[in-house]
Amino acid sequence: MSVNYGSKRIVVGAHYGLRDWLGQRITAALMALFTLIVLAQVLFTAGPIGYDKWAGIFASQWMKILTFCVIIALLYHVWVGMREIWMDYVKPVGLRLALNTFSLVWLVGCAGWAIQVLWRL
Amino acid sequence: MTELAKKRPEFRNINAFKDLPGYRWPLASLVSGMHRISGAIMFLLMPFIIWMFDKSLSSEISFAKFKLAFNVGMLGLPGFIWKLVALALIWAYLQHFIAGIRHLYMDVNHAVSKEFGKSSAAVTLALSLGLTLVLGAKLFGLY
Repeated sequence: MSVNYGSKRIVVGAHYGLRDWLGQRITAALMALFTLIVLAQVLFTAGPIGYDKWAGIFASQWMKILTFCVIIALLYHVWVGMREIWMDYVKPVGLRLALNTFSLVWLVGCAGWAIQVLWRL
Repeated sequence: MTELAKKRPEFRNINAFKDLPGYRWPLASLVSGMHRISGAIMFLLMPFIIWMFDKSLSSEISFAKFKLAFNVGMLGLPGFIWKLVALALIWAYLQHFIAGIRHLYMDVNHAVSKEFGKSSAAVTLALSLGLTLVLGAKLFGLY
């Protein structure tokens, strides 16, 4: 029990700090890439964008797969972010549990809806 | 015994109502606070975002409904209200996106000086607000 710092530090807790931190950044990078890809296709489309051109952006198989991955990334990213907000501002355990549960249900529901839209395209 | 009975200081997390209004808001902390607010706005409006995704992509008819909501109105609310909601989302996305790039840049470069924190926060705010104005003007048909 002499050295408790550096590589000898006794790690406590649920060990999800690094995973959440890194996951938040990787999902962010993926979503940023997706944003730029969609934006580039919108900007480089000549003329006004009607239904055909807009839906055409999401029609190809690789774009559907990328969009699917982005929906999953978003689900994870927003879960980590909202959990952090509730952890910082909501102290009562019962209320915090309720808000965390609400966040998860809300997010899974939204992701399901988005995937449903994507899949029938 | 008296020392044990003495009430020890209790440290709690930030209380949004008691602590936040008294805060000084240097630019870097303003960007940090806005990152949370913009994230929370997008979380709460997510069903509206997916509704837009749904209507704009599903069919020609739903695409027309999508346009109608913003040009005429929907659910008893006039079109400009929906455009304002869209504008709020545009701001939230730009703010979150640019501040997020700032985060990633700082992580990659270990750019954690006080000066860089301040100057990059100023750039973030200027870019996000500027782009929001430009896109907002487009949304409301000013050009």
